[in-house]
Amino acid sequence: MDLNTLWFLLIAVLFIGYFVLDGFDLGVGILLPFLGKKDTERRMIINAIGPHWDANEVWLITAGGAMFAAFPVWYATLFSGFYLAFFLLLIGLIFRGIGLEFRSKDENPVWRRFWDWAICVGSFIPALLWGVALANFVRGVPINEMKYYVGHFGDLLNPYALLGGLVSLLGFTLHGALFLGLKTGEPILSRARHAARRLWWPTTVTLLAFTVSTYVFTDIYQRLGVNPGPVPIGAVLSLMAAGWFIYQKQEGWGFTMTTLTVVLSASTIFLTLYPRVLVSSLDPNFSLTIYNSASGINTLRTMTIVALILVPFVLVYQVWSYWVFRRRITGRQEELHY
Amino acid sequence: MDAQTLLLSQWQFAITSVYHFFFVPLTLGLSVLVAIMETFYVRTGNELYLRMTKFWGKLFVINFAMGVVTGIVQEFQFGMNWSEYARYVGDVFGAPLAIEALLAFFVESTFLGVWIFGWDRLSKGMHALAMWLVAIASNLSAFWILVANSFMQAPVGYAEQGSRLVMQDFGALLTNRYVWGQFPHTVFSGFTTAAFFVLGISAYHLLRRRHEEIFRRSFQIATVFGALSIFMVILIGHTQAQRMVEFQPMKIASAEALLYSENPASFSLLSIVDQATMREIVSIRIPRVLSLLAYNRLEGEVKGVIDLQNEYQARFGPGNYVPNITVTYWSFRLMVGSGFLMFFLAAYALFRVMRREITQPIFRFLNVYPLAMALPYLANISGWLLTEMGRQPWVVYGKLRTADAVSPNLTGEMVLVTLIGFTLVYGILMLADIYLLAKYAKVGPEPVQATRSLEEQAYWE
Repeated sequence: MDLNTLWFLLIAVLFIGYFVLDGFDLGVGILLPFLGKKDTERRMIINAIGPHWDANEVWLITAGGAMFAAFPVWYATLFSGFYLAFFLLLIGLIFRGIGLEFRSKDENPVWRRFWDWAICVGSFIPALLWGVALANFVRGVPINEMKYYVGHFGDLLNPYALLGGLVSLLGFTLHGALFLGLKTGEPILSRARHAARRLWWPTTVTLLAFTVSTYVFTDIYQRLGVNPGPVPIGAVLSLMAAGWFIYQKQEGWGFTMTTLTVVLSASTIFLTLYPRVLVSSLDPNFSLTIYNSASGINTLRTMTIVALILVPFVLVYQVWSYWVFRRRITGRQEELHY
Repeated sequence: MDAQTLLLSQWQFAITSVYHFFFVPLTLGLSVLVAIMETFYVRTGNELYLRMTKFWGKLFVINFAMGVVTGIVQEFQFGMNWSEYARYVGDVFGAPLAIEALLAFFVESTFLGVWIFGWDRLSKGMHALAMWLVAIASNLSAFWILVANSFMQAPVGYAEQGSRLVMQDFGALLTNRYVWGQFPHTVFSGFTTAAFFVLGISAYHLLRRRHEEIFRRSFQIATVFGALSIFMVILIGHTQAQRMVEFQPMKIASAEALLYSENPASFSLLSIVDQATMREIVSIRIPRVLSLLAYNRLEGEVKGVIDLQNEYQARFGPGNYVPNITVTYWSFRLMVGSGFLMFFLAAYALFRVMRREITQPIFRFLNVYPLAMALPYLANISGWLLTEMGRQPWVVYGKLRTADAVSPNLTGEMVLVTLIGFTLVYGILMLADIYLLAKYAKVGPEPVQATRSLEEQAYWE
């Protein structure tokens, strides 16, 4: 495996890690005003993700940094090309983060209601946009021979990408409902279970629809044939399994299964892309690849050493922090720091 | 690309960076102060230090969140608005950014979460350690982002390959002489910011004779910390000015409104320059002092703006190589002026603390410290304005012009939309942030809640 492939893999892992981890944060944020009726209930919900959301978001920051370092042309073309989409994403993430931090620091009900909705909408926008973005990665966007994006914001909002957005929106929300099922006590627990049951059907239907339309709108058929292999099939199967566990009220297994769904769906996207990083809809030869977008060998080598040293530590202390906060939030005042 | 897109993108970058750096310095310093306070608590078991830690910790957390969310904009805008820049230097510039995230941001965010939520989940020592890790990681992150910025100021360790720069020597980036001025200067500025923040709020309460014990001790800690820090800021700042003469003579010439080269060079007391015609309207200068600042002796040539402009035209081709003289001139003075003012205030506070005379017998001198909280912010912002605007028209000094760095696919309307959007959001958040900080600062420390014993806890659950 050459270093270009290794860095493609590493960036894919960072994005997938982000989707798994911040995915449930976003889902929890979206559900906040609907599952929490009273103030203490809402505090239970945001305290469930309180210790983790910031570190989870760092997966995205690191993915962005790694992209910048290893594939500067990918970073430059993507971020400038998807300009308004990233603007909306940033506004969402800003309101979500500040909302979590500020919401409970003042008693005024207007203040709290404002931030509750800021968290909800600020989670909704990224949850939707990530699916739109990933679908466009594989569907292709107008990129010319100079590796410049020559389309408009409207080009990103095609039916296929919007369907992708719906998948990520519903998927993250389901993932978040299951996380709440794992991490909270009553009355949130029952409501989260109920939400998971209601969300599972539409999520499954849209994921299936998206999978089928991927054959229509991308070159996956030419690349992989009718049988897409174990990864996409696994994505669909794990979501089926999640449904079973949801009805069995086994949130632990349900959450494990939606985690798998997120991992395998995102992996499908990256596998379909490889060795490209952005597909050109104008001419396949204009697509950005891990070779024509990459940094030089010195940078890749240096960064490989740095990553190999640091990543194990990151994983260890992040897992440890989940262990520290493994208990359910039951709504006692002293456990509500947010 | 048109002139409008460039101008609006520059405004967006400036507003975002200034806004982001409004929160960062306090994070750098207050994390260390809170960690020190909590260590006192762990070592003495005195609950007074616990209340102190919680009080300053709450203010820290409110401020920290703002730094986090604006930091993402900061990272993304290199690609969004400055894609040509990203293509040109990404090979070199991206690496420190990625390392910053991997090495510092993960530690910072994970352990701050542990710190906020872990009061009853961890031992006292572990809990204090979490804040130390936040403090160390915050300051490490400053190092990596300044490695990146120093490359823009004084590019090293690269090779030119076609139309881009590639990394040649990673070690050269880390040993860049520029970063070893910039990094300690920035970190100690952050420490100073936090010290004056603590001094100001402590003085506010001491003047009202509330929570005297906690705020007297906070004042003492911040005084020692602040006096040391501002001394270092000025000392390192002096060497940085010397490096500026060496690396970016145009920046110092502009900041000194020095139009023609001089030897020995004079220091400006008051200069007004008409930049369009390059004529001095007012010029009051002290002979030899600029040479003294530049070389630690009473002579030595410092080049002037007009001479440098001619030199650069010969070297880089026709163009305007002069930064905005008014902005650089006044930001330099604002930075240095507030720096020295802080030095005297910190020294005087130290004098009073050493004589154990903060609140006794008279404490009218405390009145000035709440107002002095503005000084570090003025110095921080004007310092960055000087650094970044003094480098213009370059984005990477001598290599890439800002005008050539902007994303080619953007239109003026798109950038206008995001500029207005970001500015509005920043405005709303600033109001909310100041409201919360003021509210918690005024309320003062909360009484310590009686911690429940383990048996009791078991009963509750």
